[in-house]
Amino acid sequence: MSTMEETIEKLKVQIIEQLNLEDVTPDEIDADAPLFDSDLGLDSIDALEIIVMLEREYGLKIQSKEEGQKIFYSLKTMAEFVTEKIA
Amino acid sequence: MPQKIYITGLGIVSALGPSLEHTVEALRLGRTGIRKIKHLKTRYRGILPAGEIDFTNEELAEMLHLPSIKRYSRTALLGMLAAKQAWQHDEKLPLRTGFVSATSVGGIDRSELAYKHFMVNNDIRGCLHKMMSHDCGDSTERIADFLNIRGFVSTISTACSSSSNAMILGGRMIQNGMVDKILVGGTDALTVYTLNGFHTLKILDEEWCMPFDKNRRGLNLGEGAAYLTLESEESMKISGSQPLCELRGFGNTNDAFHQTASSPDGAGAYHAMQLALKRGNLDISDIDYINAHGTATPNNDLSEGTAIKNLFKDYIPQFSSTKSFTGHTLAAAGAIEAVISVLLMRNKMLAPNLNFHDRMDELNIEPVKIFNQDVELKTVLSNSFGFGGNCSSLVFTETA
Amino acid sequence: MNNQVYINALACISPQDTLNAEQFLQSSEFVSGSPMRSIEPTYKEHIDRRYLRRMGRMVRMGVAAATKALADADIKNPDAILVGTGMGCLEDTEKFLRAIYESDENIASPNQFIQSTHNNVAAQIALMLGCYNYNFTYVHRGFSFESAMLDAILHVQEAGENKTDILVGACDELTDMYLEVTSKLNIWKSKVPRHSLKYNMGIKSEQGEGAAFFAVSNQRSQNTIASLDALRMVYKPQSSARLTDEIDHFLARQSLTLDDIDLVLLGYDGGGQKGDVYDEVVNSVFDGKNQAVYKHLCGEYKTAGAFATWLSCEMIRQQHVPEFVKWNAFEIDTIRRVLIFNNYNSANFVLSLLSHV
Repeated sequence: MSTMEETIEKLKVQIIEQLNLEDVTPDEIDADAPLFDSDLGLDSIDALEIIVMLEREYGLKIQSKEEGQKIFYSLKTMAEFVTEKIA
Repeated sequence: MPQKIYITGLGIVSALGPSLEHTVEALRLGRTGIRKIKHLKTRYRGILPAGEIDFTNEELAEMLHLPSIKRYSRTALLGMLAAKQAWQHDEKLPLRTGFVSATSVGGIDRSELAYKHFMVNNDIRGCLHKMMSHDCGDSTERIADFLNIRGFVSTISTACSSSSNAMILGGRMIQNGMVDKILVGGTDALTVYTLNGFHTLKILDEEWCMPFDKNRRGLNLGEGAAYLTLESEESMKISGSQPLCELRGFGNTNDAFHQTASSPDGAGAYHAMQLALKRGNLDISDIDYINAHGTATPNNDLSEGTAIKNLFKDYIPQFSSTKSFTGHTLAAAGAIEAVISVLLMRNKMLAPNLNFHDRMDELNIEPVKIFNQDVELKTVLSNSFGFGGNCSSLVFTETA
Repeated sequence: MNNQVYINALACISPQDTLNAEQFLQSSEFVSGSPMRSIEPTYKEHIDRRYLRRMGRMVRMGVAAATKALADADIKNPDAILVGTGMGCLEDTEKFLRAIYESDENIASPNQFIQSTHNNVAAQIALMLGCYNYNFTYVHRGFSFESAMLDAILHVQEAGENKTDILVGACDELTDMYLEVTSKLNIWKSKVPRHSLKYNMGIKSEQGEGAAFFAVSNQRSQNTIASLDALRMVYKPQSSARLTDEIDHFLARQSLTLDDIDLVLLGYDGGGQKGDVYDEVVNSVFDGKNQAVYKHLCGEYKTAGAFATWLSCEMIRQQHVPEFVKWNAFEIDTIRRVLIFNNYNSANFVLSLLSHV
């Protein structure tokens, strides 16, 4: 059972890898800040990529874009979703 | 004044059937070709709907009197079936001919099987011939050789606007005196590759698509091919061909907004339509009907609808998306809808936008809902847009 | 052609150090390898990282070469973006296919699907530039690049008196899977060279890749490198006589004879060409002409014609023919006209005439 912090850190690494954010280090991603509309420059394709990653790594399915938008607000909201589902 | 471009031959195969007659009949009866996938070997068979052509490759080869199907991709077979209808030519005539085809999947219908074999056996031997037809040029050369076209031969791939662009290139080559007579169009087979591609983008409707409807959820894929023969006036005198209509104007632009999504205001679409009118020396009030791109994705229909509204303002012509009949046939869509547009003009018909119920909240526009006969269509505009922001519009006019 | 087609800037990424064009042409060495893979630049210097992260190798090569050609010509918003690619984005196509089968059609990355679209390079350039203009991608084997160039010629004709600037180029990439297939297909039969050469080339050419882009205009600039005077694609001529006729007509239309051609750049790929139509025509028509070859430098691929065009332009600009491209022995003082006579798979033949301006 991992802590919320550990989940956040793990997600950061997975997102960097999935989205091929070549020059970004995990430290540069603020867990509380909005993930989209940030200077990471993410868009709707990245949202779909994160859905794929969550399904592959955690077996979690996100059905709609609306649901995705809430979950993907920040790293923290995403970690909460993951923790809740796999607990 | 640039040279006029005449359309003198048409050919089509889609989920509506393997001929012009089948197509007109289905449009007249409002009979869609979209149903649950039956032939393609995919886990979505029997689950997802698509505009699949109800012939196996073996049956297609038989219709074409081919001795064997071994070397032909489905994309090539469909292309040959449509191209054969559109191209009549006497090689002894002193005409410079050419062929421009469009495809987005090429021979992936065969190479995806080879790739699977390779992954399972870690050896490509045994299915090498399936890899030979992978590239987009293969189907074009198969069709060119089948019809014995030896002049300029090329292939265009600009996603879902591909075959409209084949028509644009062919038209420009005639106007610039590079060819006299040219076969243009496109072909794409339904493949596991594209089905999964659009599925991962979450833009497939699991039911029958609803273009321009408030509750539209996404598109249905389709497959097919369509070709048109374009000729100059001089060429028609020599060949004796009769004009079916004129390719009067065309425009190609880029939306430069996003890799897959259209801009909210449909800037690319707006400019493409505007360019097509300008090139055809036409006014917005000249357009009697628009065969819309209308994929039925939430994004496309709103963006295209906005562009139409911005361009035509209070004079929005009758419009419909015939993708509710054929499904979205990707690279073939532009040519399939061009052939449908010409058929509607020639038969004085208006095809309905099937499965439309409610207007979008954002735009107070409504497509043609029922089949109309005895409608004078002098000028028709047809839109095709694709990934990578590619936008194309074509204008067809009655010949005097 | 009524209007002149000027090549005002160019950039090439290839298995040779072609981004340093002067150094490369003046040196006596070239890189050989099996297969021939491109020497890639540090892409961050050419492409914004927001776009870079999603791009596969071919897209990076293409966009970097295009960006450099545009910058050198000082063009921010070309009137047309025209790209040729024979195989498209193979790497992403293969990745997406793998994901489909590994997950039994359950989980695959949408980005790989998007990136595998053939018009990706032209689209990415438009997106980066915010360019709303004409945007075409050609995908026809050994005619892919040349079709894009033909479209550029059409644009120049249509522009009339108005200035028009066009970006035209091509790119293709090699993947392990493609190598596996082509090696098993055994298309590249080795052949004994007809000529004895200083360099051990022409025995067997390797599979190759690369990207070359050109800024083309109907108006000269102070940096104009060459003009493209004529271009002709010949699809499957049934006989060597037919192909010979094409060459005769090609030159006649320019009111030229073979005497006006200073150098012929040939598309020998080292494959099974001995005694075929191409070889026959080269031997009969271009016998005694100054001949050069290039596919030992970039390898064989469907858009190798773009490399040939780049090389011809650079030879014209630098007025120098490197020893390592000479197919027969000759010395040359002035290069006014280069005729490219290319061949892909004995089906797609190209004649392209470039001249010094």
